[in-house]
Amino acid sequence: MPVEDHSYLLIALLLAGAALFALVPLGLSWLWARRFSPLKPGPDKNAIYECGLKASGDAWVQFQSEYYLYAIIFLVFDVETVFLLPFAVSFAGLPAGAFVAMLGFVLLLVEGLAWAWQKGVLTWKPTH
Amino acid sequence: MEADALKDELRRQGIVTTTFEELYNWGRQNSVWPLSFGLACCAIEMIATSMARYDIARFGAEVFRPSPRQADLMIVAGTVTKKMAPQVVRLYNQMPEPKYVIAMGACAISGGPFKQGYNVLKGIDRYIPVDVHIPGCPPRPEALLHAIITLQEKIRQQSLTGADRPRHLVAEAPSEFPAPEFGEHDLVPPSNPGVWQPPATQSQ
Repeated sequence: MPVEDHSYLLIALLLAGAALFALVPLGLSWLWARRFSPLKPGPDKNAIYECGLKASGDAWVQFQSEYYLYAIIFLVFDVETVFLLPFAVSFAGLPAGAFVAMLGFVLLLVEGLAWAWQKGVLTWKPTH
Repeated sequence: MEADALKDELRRQGIVTTTFEELYNWGRQNSVWPLSFGLACCAIEMIATSMARYDIARFGAEVFRPSPRQADLMIVAGTVTKKMAPQVVRLYNQMPEPKYVIAMGACAISGGPFKQGYNVLKGIDRYIPVDVHIPGCPPRPEALLHAIITLQEKIRQQSLTGADRPRHLVAEAPSEFPAPEFGEHDLVPPSNPGVWQPPATQSQ
């Protein structure tokens, strides 16, 4: 029987083999536990946290939304640096149009910084 | 005895026989995975034991697990302060059965040089059952290897059925031991009477 006629048979066989590979040890260990080794659950053993300390508080904590401002201001400086270096390298050979465009771009970023500064975001104040 | 004699006879004839119990214990004793857990300077010796020079991997015990869920053996390596004791007990409780404890070094056995300290637990065997004690301050890696071999010997001799079967096979035996709480002056309770009884003092 040529394999070409049953090109999916091999995959099915491999799939069955893989399933058995996982299920047979699980079943054997289940049988072993039934016959010899009793299950022993407990509050500590069933605890979710596993570093020895008791879990404290709720997992549903809120993160401060103010941090998005820092992310935005970081972007201002980050993008500025990325564009400033090639700008500085090719500064001497730039046509006037490119120079004006670059200046407009930097001014836009500076405007963002000025806005943040005027809003008082640059001063670190713990809110609670 | 007769079964052993028969087994020897068969082995001489080139036929190897075994039992479920032997296979089970053989598998367990050669894959004792310790919990990755060090408390003080003994842990440095434990790390040295796991490295190439002493090579704990020869005994199948090199797989230090960072989670108690996957560990078989807790090596209490170092001084157990009273602040740390509840966490140690809780980690032990979170290990699946069968589980074993090696108390490594003078501190883990008895408090060691810090025995008089107000903040030091006078031996981890006050709260959890210890299988092998290693003396020394700190014990050399060879001593830890010896403890592993001793533990392997202990595991090899455990029976699967019968009245003398080990704790983890007895349904009624506890698998968790209560973790002590921080009291006003000391841990409450100061020891687990189910595990440890204070030695009787002799009055003069």
